[in-house]
Amino acid sequence: MTMKRAITVTVNGKQYHSEVEPRLLLVHYLRDVLDLTGTHVGCNTSQCGACVVQLNGEAVKSCTVLAVQADGCEVTTIEGLAPEGSLHPIQEGFWEKHGLQCGFCTPGMIMASYQLLKNNPNPTEAEIRKGLEGNICRCTGYQNIVRAVQYAAEKMQTSVSEPVSAGD
Amino acid sequence: MGIAAMLGTSIKRREDPRLITGQATYVGDIKLHKMLHMAVLRSPYGHARINSINTQPALDHPGVIAVYTAADLKGKVGDVAVAVPIGHIANGMGIRGPLAEGKVRFYGDPVAVVIADDAYTARDAIDLIEVDYEPLPVVVDVEKAMQPDAPLLYEEFGTNIAHSIHPPSDEMDKIFEQTKADGGIIVRARLVNQRLAPVAMETRGVVADYRKANKTLTVWCSSQNPHILRNILSAQVGLPQHQVRVIVPEVGGGFGSKIDIYPEEMIAAFASMQLGRPVKWIEDRSENLAVTVHGRDQIDYVEIAATKDGRVTGMKVHGISDLGAYSQLFTDVIMIAFGFPVSCGAYDIPVHLWGDIVFTNKAPTDAYRGAGRPEATYVVERAMDLVARELGKDPAEIRKINFIKPEQFPYKSSAGAVYDSGNYEPALEKAMQIIGYEQLRAEQAQKRAEGKLMGIGISSYIEICGFGPKGSAPIGLYESARMRVEQSGTVMVYTGSSPHGQGEETTFAQIVADEFTIPIENVLIIHGDTDSTPEGRGTYGSRTTAVGGSAVFNASQKLKEKMKQIAAHMLEASPSDVTLEDGNFSVAGSPQKAVAFAEVAAVANTSNTLAPGIEPGLETTVFFEPDACVFPFGSHICAVEVDKDTGEAKLLRFVAVDDCGRQLNPMLVQGQVHGGIAQGVGQAMWEEVVYGEDGQLLTATLMDYAMPIAKELPDYELDHTVTLTPVNPLGVKGVGEAGTIGSTPAVAAAVADALGVPHVDMPFRAEKLWKIIHQA
Repeated sequence: MTMKRAITVTVNGKQYHSEVEPRLLLVHYLRDVLDLTGTHVGCNTSQCGACVVQLNGEAVKSCTVLAVQADGCEVTTIEGLAPEGSLHPIQEGFWEKHGLQCGFCTPGMIMASYQLLKNNPNPTEAEIRKGLEGNICRCTGYQNIVRAVQYAAEKMQTSVSEPVSAGD
Repeated sequence: MGIAAMLGTSIKRREDPRLITGQATYVGDIKLHKMLHMAVLRSPYGHARINSINTQPALDHPGVIAVYTAADLKGKVGDVAVAVPIGHIANGMGIRGPLAEGKVRFYGDPVAVVIADDAYTARDAIDLIEVDYEPLPVVVDVEKAMQPDAPLLYEEFGTNIAHSIHPPSDEMDKIFEQTKADGGIIVRARLVNQRLAPVAMETRGVVADYRKANKTLTVWCSSQNPHILRNILSAQVGLPQHQVRVIVPEVGGGFGSKIDIYPEEMIAAFASMQLGRPVKWIEDRSENLAVTVHGRDQIDYVEIAATKDGRVTGMKVHGISDLGAYSQLFTDVIMIAFGFPVSCGAYDIPVHLWGDIVFTNKAPTDAYRGAGRPEATYVVERAMDLVARELGKDPAEIRKINFIKPEQFPYKSSAGAVYDSGNYEPALEKAMQIIGYEQLRAEQAQKRAEGKLMGIGISSYIEICGFGPKGSAPIGLYESARMRVEQSGTVMVYTGSSPHGQGEETTFAQIVADEFTIPIENVLIIHGDTDSTPEGRGTYGSRTTAVGGSAVFNASQKLKEKMKQIAAHMLEASPSDVTLEDGNFSVAGSPQKAVAFAEVAAVANTSNTLAPGIEPGLETTVFFEPDACVFPFGSHICAVEVDKDTGEAKLLRFVAVDDCGRQLNPMLVQGQVHGGIAQGVGQAMWEEVVYGEDGQLLTATLMDYAMPIAKELPDYELDHTVTLTPVNPLGVKGVGEAGTIGSTPAVAAAVADALGVPHVDMPFRAEKLWKIIHQA
């Protein structure tokens, strides 16, 4: 049995100290060790994007990151996108525009959209569709997801919202 | 009938708050005390004998609690369930226990399971099991499997053909001869609906928890039908039905692939019963692509006869359904029971049907969004286009000539189905108007003059759904609703439906809020737990609103009547004079004398002031069984352009005009159509399950199985018509599958049109189209 490694990871503003096998995937660390089950596993080849989280301010597919790689890093998951009881404009957009049905791809889709809008606060429809090429949805046919992101982009240009961080 | 303010409104979903914040519980999120994890060892061969299995090295691995093979399950677990075994299947062909015994028959066939302390250990340990396989010849082509010299999956039956339906065709042959003699045409084609993978974004999963002391089994499962799962699973593991509870948590998509009761659920239940601890199994994506049921995989030979004026006089269809290696719940009847009855599509034409269902060394097929109807629609729509092409007529015109006319409803089709209501031409007209059909054809002519390849395709579909009436399945496909108006005036509704993204927590609440004229916040819809919900049948076959919603509606009618009685007593009036409006019961014409909904609820529940003879409480359970299926319809029109240099097809526009009867929540209806179209387009353009000649699955990850993604799809331009159905009190049909059924043939027609050829088989990969272009 491989020796476990000690890691310290800050997730949604909270610091965790854990001992993990080197091969433990970040997505499994979040889901099974930290009980943050909002991030989902939808495939095994990093195609689907259900596992997208923020790692040190950049979107990553957490199924293709090892937990030990997140040692000393900050992670934001869907649970940390907005303070409890409130919704990030992207989450609002998905609700308003019916951008989800079964909800399984949704956390990853929202986190990917978050990155998309960080890079490009005023995307065209084509830029949204291209920007979400790393996320697969089987239910919605994508049209309402695009509308949701457009809604959020508009809302975010008129107000500021920050995800949960170490300062909270 | 009180369908009023709430219904027809596009209100936001109550489901969403938990889903958009990552607070929902899917089966993979469940953690129980002392829970164990299961991993499955699967056959790497498409066809092989199992000479021996040595599980000891796995048992010796630290953290492994148990290892099971078929020998351990013998006599303790039944066979994988088949709803309607036909032909040789009724004699055991294609029937198997949950783990392979003696033979494996497809890549991924489960051979053994490991139960361990954690998922990583279980996965490590399955690699230690030693299986001595003796590979056998493989057959993955269904027509080859029908040949006398084909490798046999079930040697004792001497054939791979499980059942044939070959009625004589004398009458149709006469029609064909007459048509020919009168100067008409006969067109023939071989059409392929390729094998698809449903790919719900959440793979399958189960947690089975058996308590030895009480002999009770609780099963959490990503399933579309908790009650069916409970009924079948309890019988398979030898537990009385009342000792089994099934809880369906959030389900991340089903599309038909989570109807069946699969081997892994049976084995997890068995393991938990052996060990007295919860056992969890979550499928990985490669397993899902290999063994969760595949869809379609049907070859059709069609012959269609028409007068030179375009009136179709008859059609012959020979359908060959590829079952895969085993029969699961509906595998054997998808083509025959769901597709064949609607073979004539939207047209008043006689059809002669021949069918063969055949086993091959591939995963079992079963229901996948549309289940038989996409195949049937594809056949008749492509046939209509071939007639149009042969006669030099516009495909829209050919359809209009042959549509069933409004005055012909209810329409008894030659294939057996009786269509409830329909009005097909306005939907087609509307679609043509939205896409600007005339201008589009002009644009096409212009582009062709420039050497560009632009195509336009039409599909005018009908489908059969809302299962179903008596006799449509061995177990009765009614739906249930238990409704309770509480002391405070809030309403709890327990439904036997099992939505997994369709939004009935919202639409059912809309029905109740409308009927009781109360705020929708006061209504709660509960589903998924067999302990709290009445016997139900689940969500598939576009039935949840038509059947489940009708049960909810009828339950609210019943309680409304009782509340009127109680209110009448409170108002000292006659019940027939009492109306319910804006949340108040009052005497018609005297609105100042009123009692609130909540007041009446309180009186009913606290009983002391109830009139004698009225039973306390406000609770009722209703079972709704429709007398017939319902038949949504519509027209889809698609424009594509194919790049001459690369063969790449691009969708320029997609217009869909669908009629699902009354729409309770238009936003949710559109969502269903969007998603349905994406899957139908997916079949046409990109998706295909591919096996090598040796039986190896070549599309075993999402790197190889091409899923539709956002940048490949256009915006969908939707509109609708409303033709109510008399079959249920809401007037609703179904819409969950319609988008998938209608869209595939429209894309197929557009691509053939673009290339100027009669037909191209799906999927429309660039290489395939390029070859066709450059052959010409």
